[in-house]
Amino acid sequence: MNATSAIRRPPAPPGAVRWIKKNLLSTWYNVLLTLVALIFVFFVSRGVLRWVFFTANWTPITSSLKLFAVGQFPPDQVWRVGTAVLLVSFFFGLSWRVWGGTVGTFALALAVGGAAVAVLPFELSSGVRLWGVANPLLVGVGYLVGRTSLGKPRWAALGWALSFGGTTALLTGVRGVSWLPRVETGLWGGLLLTFLLALVGIVASFPIGVLLALGRRSSLPVLKLFCTLFIEIVRGVPLVTILFMFSVILPLFLPEDVRVDRVLRAMMGMTLFAAAYMAENIRGGLQAIPSGQIEAAKAVGLNGLQTTVLIVLPQALRMVIPAIVGQFIALFMDTTLAVIVGLVELLQIGRAVIQSNPEWLMLDMEVYLFIGAVFWVFTYAMSYASQRLEQTLGVGRR
Amino acid sequence: MIICRNVHKWFDDFHVLRGVTMTIKRQEVIVICGPSGSGKSTFIRTINRLEEHQEGEIIVDGIELSHDIRNIEAIRREVGMVFQQFNLFPHLTVLQNVALAPIWVRKWPKARAEEVAGQLLERVGIPEQAHKYPGQLSGGQQQRVAIARALAMQPKIMLFDEPTSALDPEMIKEVLDVMRELARSGMTMIVVTHEMGFAREAADRIAFFDQGNIVEQNTPAEFFAHPKEDRTRLFLSQILSH
Repeated sequence: MNATSAIRRPPAPPGAVRWIKKNLLSTWYNVLLTLVALIFVFFVSRGVLRWVFFTANWTPITSSLKLFAVGQFPPDQVWRVGTAVLLVSFFFGLSWRVWGGTVGTFALALAVGGAAVAVLPFELSSGVRLWGVANPLLVGVGYLVGRTSLGKPRWAALGWALSFGGTTALLTGVRGVSWLPRVETGLWGGLLLTFLLALVGIVASFPIGVLLALGRRSSLPVLKLFCTLFIEIVRGVPLVTILFMFSVILPLFLPEDVRVDRVLRAMMGMTLFAAAYMAENIRGGLQAIPSGQIEAAKAVGLNGLQTTVLIVLPQALRMVIPAIVGQFIALFMDTTLAVIVGLVELLQIGRAVIQSNPEWLMLDMEVYLFIGAVFWVFTYAMSYASQRLEQTLGVGRR
Repeated sequence: MIICRNVHKWFDDFHVLRGVTMTIKRQEVIVICGPSGSGKSTFIRTINRLEEHQEGEIIVDGIELSHDIRNIEAIRREVGMVFQQFNLFPHLTVLQNVALAPIWVRKWPKARAEEVAGQLLERVGIPEQAHKYPGQLSGGQQQRVAIARALAMQPKIMLFDEPTSALDPEMIKEVLDVMRELARSGMTMIVVTHEMGFAREAADRIAFFDQGNIVEQNTPAEFFAHPKEDRTRLFLSQILSH
């Protein structure tokens, strides 16, 4: 090669065949390793598939789906849970059109999940099948509504806010409405309860955590002391203890006639617990904001509140998304501790189902695997949403 | 426009400003130079209260800087500032950076604020970058956005804290050109800088800082041709000889 020749562009990445040749079959010991690995993978997957489809007995699950889904919720009222989910599906469809991106993925997942319920290969009531069909339909209807003049972010946000009230009314009942009789929250159970505990915990702990983090960095001594004490005390106590305190000790301090619902007490305990950890995560983000940002905000005349809301928080929160989502996932898992205060969430339903039939005592592996899979699906969804959110917000990073 | 009388400041035990007294008239362009650690940056930061002075008085456009937060906010609305490290808001686009303060502080409608922001970006020569994020711009472009952001509040006074010190040499000129244009337009400016070419050409007065006070101040012609103090002569020989 002489001095005048141009430098060649590096070769393009090889195709699949060349990749295999280069990475798997380049030398005799690589061929050997590849073969051993293939044999290993073959036997493991054959074993797993054989167990899942032939050896395992999934009857405890297929015959108790209602229990797993909603626990002791009165059977003649289960349609209310279904309707609440349909409402959520509708708003997911609407938000898909409005915001697109990850929301769309979740709307699709909801639609596919519904459709899957409609065609599950074992016995289900026609009502559940109908619900399975209606679910993708409502996602579609939501999407179509999103194409009309209602498809604005502000309407979608308002819809979500209203849907919160709607689902609450559906699940607990409305006084004086005969077709929505009260359902005691003690009857909530299974995935429904797990979901509600986690959702309320996540939605409520986040703003409280932000306020606590800001308070801990405040220049007002009393506020700072209060926030620091709260955070350090709550973080120093196990969640189980906090749940106990809320269920046993709290009623002792309240007047006789004020009875706070058991589920609500668990929700409060979990929220405060999560908020303390959330505050520390967010404080980490706040501390990473260079002082120059705050100086620049002051120099253009923004006041303290504006600086915090417009400049500091957006940057701080974006930095700690992975930590916050990790916290959400942990909170979701921690709902299983609600058994401490006598709530029957998904895991407890599993135990109850195993013990409900002597023949099923040997089938605990199937039940726990199923519960593990359900948890995994939802936590992975959260983790996926977090990654997508990071990518979306990654634009314009310094 | 700005009156500083006997301004003192301490960082703990370190006496940074030792009785600075200076008066700046409307439309005057002042360049402040001096060795690092001489208190020149601290001094201009006291003018919009990013640093608090402990003794003496500072009166900006008739308002005295005191602990009264309303006075501080009123002064910050009238005084724009450009930083060495740009300090643009990385999560906002260039246009949003410039339009932010008019929308939230001046309470302008968004459309008007963005229109004015667009005109300012035109003025600093980068209208085509309006929808990019600061991280996608070169240092010189970022600093020009920072100037536009400060101008968006229509300040009566502009403070520049070593605006070109963090820039690669080839980008210094584009920023200085914008500053020269601003000086010609009649803006009252206080510029901390080591760019003696800019000082010679654009300044009405040069003040030399050392050990927390003004050692000497004069018109550029006199300052460079006949420095009175030994300390000034030493400084000039050091920065002009390299």
